[in-house]
Amino acid sequence: MSAELPKYKTSEVVDFVIVGSGAAGGILAKELSTNGFSVVVLEQGPYLREKDFSHDEIKVLQEDLLTNHPKLQPNSFRKTPQDKAKPQRALVYGRAVGGTSNHFTANFWRFHEIDFIERSKIGPIAGSTFADWPITYADLEPYYTKVEWEVGVSGLAGASPFDPPRSKPYPMPPLPTKASGIIFERAARKLGWNPFPAPMAILSEARPGRSACVNCGFCLGFGCEVKAKSSSLASMIPLAERSGKCEIRPNSYVHKIEIDEKGRATGAVYFDEKKNIQRQKAKAVIISANGAETPRLLLLSASKQFPDGLANSSGYVGKNLMFNTGAVSVGVFDEPTNDYKGYAVSRILHDFYELDANKVGFYGGGGLDARYDMTPIGFALGGLPPGSPRWGKDYKSLLAHNFTRTFEVFGHGTSLPVENNSFSLDPELKDAWGLPALRLTYKDHPDDLKLAHWLADRSNELLDAAGAKQKWTYPIDEQQFGVHLLGTCRMGNDPKTSVINRDHRTHDVKNLFLCDGGSLVTSGRGQPTMTIMALAFRAADRIMDLAKRGEISA
Amino acid sequence: MLNEFDRRQFLSRGFAALGATWTAAHWPAVVAAAQHAHNAAASAAPAKWEFFTPEEAREVQAICSCILPSDETPGAREAGAVHFIDRALVTFSVDDQKTYREGLPEVQKRLKELFPEATLFSAAPLEQQEAVLESLDEATAKVPSRRPRGGFRPGSGAQGLFEVVRVHTIAAFLIEPDTDRLGNKGGVGWTVIGRENAHAFQPPFSNIDKGYPGWQPAAAAEKGGKA
Repeated sequence: MSAELPKYKTSEVVDFVIVGSGAAGGILAKELSTNGFSVVVLEQGPYLREKDFSHDEIKVLQEDLLTNHPKLQPNSFRKTPQDKAKPQRALVYGRAVGGTSNHFTANFWRFHEIDFIERSKIGPIAGSTFADWPITYADLEPYYTKVEWEVGVSGLAGASPFDPPRSKPYPMPPLPTKASGIIFERAARKLGWNPFPAPMAILSEARPGRSACVNCGFCLGFGCEVKAKSSSLASMIPLAERSGKCEIRPNSYVHKIEIDEKGRATGAVYFDEKKNIQRQKAKAVIISANGAETPRLLLLSASKQFPDGLANSSGYVGKNLMFNTGAVSVGVFDEPTNDYKGYAVSRILHDFYELDANKVGFYGGGGLDARYDMTPIGFALGGLPPGSPRWGKDYKSLLAHNFTRTFEVFGHGTSLPVENNSFSLDPELKDAWGLPALRLTYKDHPDDLKLAHWLADRSNELLDAAGAKQKWTYPIDEQQFGVHLLGTCRMGNDPKTSVINRDHRTHDVKNLFLCDGGSLVTSGRGQPTMTIMALAFRAADRIMDLAKRGEISA
Repeated sequence: MLNEFDRRQFLSRGFAALGATWTAAHWPAVVAAAQHAHNAAASAAPAKWEFFTPEEAREVQAICSCILPSDETPGAREAGAVHFIDRALVTFSVDDQKTYREGLPEVQKRLKELFPEATLFSAAPLEQQEAVLESLDEATAKVPSRRPRGGFRPGSGAQGLFEVVRVHTIAAFLIEPDTDRLGNKGGVGWTVIGRENAHAFQPPFSNIDKGYPGWQPAAAAEKGGKA
């Protein structure tokens, strides 16, 4: 099969070069290539296959088999623009073909109608650049359906009274219910809430070339050896390659988008595996490098024409970063749940999706899920109650008792966009290629922290109703680290307050498009990848429409 | 006999030749067979130390055994923790070499301070060993429990010896047994914490989900709340 894969010369002007092969890049590559366009995908990381995946916690989580490595690509952090940033790990993202979709939890909630129009409904919020989207839920609904059917999502339509309208049911039933889900469901109903089967981007039924989930228990953080997890790698990249029009080029670290004298993108400059500089020419460039690396690439591409960074006339490139709010409460139960078996989440609830600010005293909303996402070493180092012994006979006994009797209730919620919250270029710290490192500036909006505490209170109510023998909440601190990288190149109709338009085209460069978590205008309630994938399907349609009308290269 | 490489090769060929349905049906047996074979092959201790001197290995073994003792169930000794650490120090934990080399004499020194009549840590009675380690753990004992962000990451070489050995011992006890890291020998650590040594499971996963009828609308569920 590999002999049939196209290899484009860097000097060949392909129709599209796509930077990044993750949740968005993989879909764009598949859609464009299967519709006849020539595509080169430049991926920072290696091309790992399922046979390369592992359940070795050290190899995967410490040696960063699938993710950015802090030694090669260090980060820095500061709370405010007035502070000097200090080196510290500030983010984790997938750095391999398939991107973060290789190792995500696979919670696949759709955003609701309110997420797109909330600013109009509730008005401005002090300290936030809160805005409506230039598209609505109705615009995106067909693409949510496309994700569910083409990428593969299991779930039960109509099970949640809060679900937004949908044009089709899920293509396959929910995954098997875990004990944590059953306990969660019963307790939630005692409280008058509405639990329902979690929509998951994991196959409950086999598809050609892909197995149904085998419940191995190494899910969040790990790649799926049986292709049940609906990553870009398992679902989209094979179709893109099979088109005969798409080359996936791994170990290609793009650090500049080149622009001609007319202000048009001409291709991408990258380091190859041997750190030699290469230039791939293209008629149009799409950046789907994630909500941190996309703005970084635009800032690295500053030039005389674009002194503040490419496509940054708004000054918003890298800004308005949203991580999503989170709070984790943990319960220990008398009877074994054996939740280490299987995927992470089998039940969720959305009763608190849209809280009334007049009643609770802050803006926000979210959902709760029942989950077990820790693997054995991680559990032993961080899963026991506060104050537990850390070694010795009592530690060992507690570990032996709790490992099979613990699960978490995870509250996920909104983050407000704040202009200062951003990814930018560190003026001093460099990566292993000599490029400026990512600098995170982040201070949660006060409403986000209030929401986290509010969600933790609901989680604890649920654990009490469930009869947890013991419960605790992990400390809720200001965030200094993120994995949901949202809002940093947001879409909008006004070029002064957004980076891309509703078609994902940058306001400033006609043949440059951005599509990833950075495109989001609001954060949703904590599960962004479904929306990133839906946006990518829609962006592909919009871009192909423009291309066919001659509006990209004209 | 299947080793790790063969197992991956086999699974890879399985996907291509047999398709996903076959793989889904046979995955548990495939993995179980491969693991059993690999564990059998890995059960013998390595002949040579890769980093430790034999004397250092003996002292580290004694510390590991305090952290996860062998009692009614296997502990660090049975899991092969000292072999795991020896290999860790020439692979993923090279940065911690100095901590061990300089820290082990410190343990000995602390033993002498607390118990002047003692000779070696490894030869001391358990109560003395625990007293030494408790004194070394004082600095970190009050760290609040917190959810590890970004997964499991052992500490850096800057941490004190005890904390590094503690993390290494726990990792050695619970690492996936089907690796070449020499830890969790025979899957004993997983057995102690109640994790079956397998990589595929079918429901029911516990007595709680046994007989669960599946999700139903609230009005139809036995303990329905708000419909």
